[in-house]
Amino acid sequence: MNSVNAQEAAERPADAPLLEVNNIEVIYDHVILVLKGVSLAVPEGGVVALRGANGAGKSTTLKAISNLLGAERGDVTKGSITYQGENVHALNPAELVKRGVIQVMEGRHCFEHLTIEENLLTGAYTRGDGKAAIQASLDKVYHYFPRLRERRGSQAGYTSGGEQQMCAIGRALMANPTMILLDEPSMGLAPQLVEEIFEIVHSLNEKERVSFLLAEQNTTVALRYASYGYILENGRVVMDGDARQLSENEDVKEFYLGLSSEGKKSFKDVKHYRRRKRWLA
Amino acid sequence: MDWLFLTETIISGLMAGVMYSLVALGFVLIFKASGIFNFAQGVMALFAALALYDFLAPEGWFNQLFGFTLPVPIAIVATAGVMVILAWLIERLVLRYLINQEGIILFMATIGLAYVLEGTGDLLFGSDVKPLDIGIPQGAWDYLLDTHGLYIEKLEIFAAITAAILVTVLAIFFQKTRIGRALRAVADDHQAALSVGISLRAIWVIVWAVAGFVALVAGIMWGSKSGVQFSLSLIALKALPVLILGGFTSVPGAIVGGLIIGVGEKLAEIYVGPMVGGAIENWFAYMLALAFLLFRPQGLFGEKIIERV
Repeated sequence: MNSVNAQEAAERPADAPLLEVNNIEVIYDHVILVLKGVSLAVPEGGVVALRGANGAGKSTTLKAISNLLGAERGDVTKGSITYQGENVHALNPAELVKRGVIQVMEGRHCFEHLTIEENLLTGAYTRGDGKAAIQASLDKVYHYFPRLRERRGSQAGYTSGGEQQMCAIGRALMANPTMILLDEPSMGLAPQLVEEIFEIVHSLNEKERVSFLLAEQNTTVALRYASYGYILENGRVVMDGDARQLSENEDVKEFYLGLSSEGKKSFKDVKHYRRRKRWLA
Repeated sequence: MDWLFLTETIISGLMAGVMYSLVALGFVLIFKASGIFNFAQGVMALFAALALYDFLAPEGWFNQLFGFTLPVPIAIVATAGVMVILAWLIERLVLRYLINQEGIILFMATIGLAYVLEGTGDLLFGSDVKPLDIGIPQGAWDYLLDTHGLYIEKLEIFAAITAAILVTVLAIFFQKTRIGRALRAVADDHQAALSVGISLRAIWVIVWAVAGFVALVAGIMWGSKSGVQFSLSLIALKALPVLILGGFTSVPGAIVGGLIIGVGEKLAEIYVGPMVGGAIENWFAYMLALAFLLFRPQGLFGEKIIERV
């Protein structure tokens, strides 16, 4: 499907992607097949969007990469995932965090009874580089998210959805990551806040050189900030390409935005149309 | 009204309450960090007391194997070591396979654990009553008895001071240290804790080891009071109403709950008992717990279920 698959992960040439997912299959509870061959690549310093409807397998893909599937009785049964040429499957989540891969989970998952600052500090759990360095990271997070500084003493459970999302991203930043797997950051947030959060993602990418793999249903925003995109449907990658090209693609417009050349289409018709015509990669 | 008698009753109630609190504390620690109601907590206290006795007694395994017994402080450290190993074994053999299972399944596992531990304890150390004497002062506190005519056990005062120190140390550990913060994080959200690189296995070993240590302290106090015997494991049942009163997730709650139940029991026995023919002490705590379940299910200090609107 894409040329990246052909490359051998083992040797890792200089221009090899930071993260490579090779045709993985994921099964939950030994019976439920969720991913049926997903391949993707994230280049060093890139922002890649992973898009698809509910249940397409976006979150599962991210969890397969961060190795959090085990705790949900899921398992990668085929294919491989390599990060900086290293096989991810052999590492536990803590080792992955130490290597710079950290996931911000869907639904934010802040530690409710901990204060915002304590939440941020848990992000530095795996670091062993001393108090001063951790304090410096904390200041950096507060610089990017001034609102968190104001709320630093509040229990996370009592902060707003936007603040919790910022807290979750800030917590991930505290691990000094090279790559953040960001799952549905826009979920349940006002459009203005979504814009704000994506702006911060953008500047983190530019200034801190953090690579991002974004899972988003909110297609317009995701594609605006990403450089490359993959579209997932029913556990398969059905389309991939340059983000701008994808957002201009007629089918994408129609399936995900309800827009077509004949103007807006009712969602009922879209669904019907989608059943007749499938992308096969 | 006999004020001296009332004071004596309240103080002895408070002291008995401290003893309940010590057991309840162990429950709270494990419940807080993993959401598991550890049915084996009482047996862990018994097991710790048995192990400690073994290190000290001339007829113990330790003496038979190595030809000498340990002095008290070293024996206590060694028993703490045994509890750490036990915690590691529990994680390795039981908890690891039950990750992400329903609470009730984990609860059942701890019931099984209780029986295994109890049997192992019997097998290794025998089931006879053993007097545990580690030099805690016994008898009445003469000063108070002479000056005010108050009868208060030295052991109970010792237990109260120990409990105060233990709670302070635990509070600092939970609030101020990196590991303590991680423990609270795990208690809030397993998944998120995993995602930031906190190892659940390591945390569970730590929590069970700390609970084992608390069980050791409880085992020492109860063992010194009434001998090391099987009935020690049943004090766990008394800890249950304490937990319902204080809240399953609150360390101060375990203490206050214990004190309330200790005092309430004694007062009820003396002032209400005669009206209903006595023996209130045995069921008063459970009635109180029932009332709490009706009106304040999270307990006095339990974590409020945070709901955002």
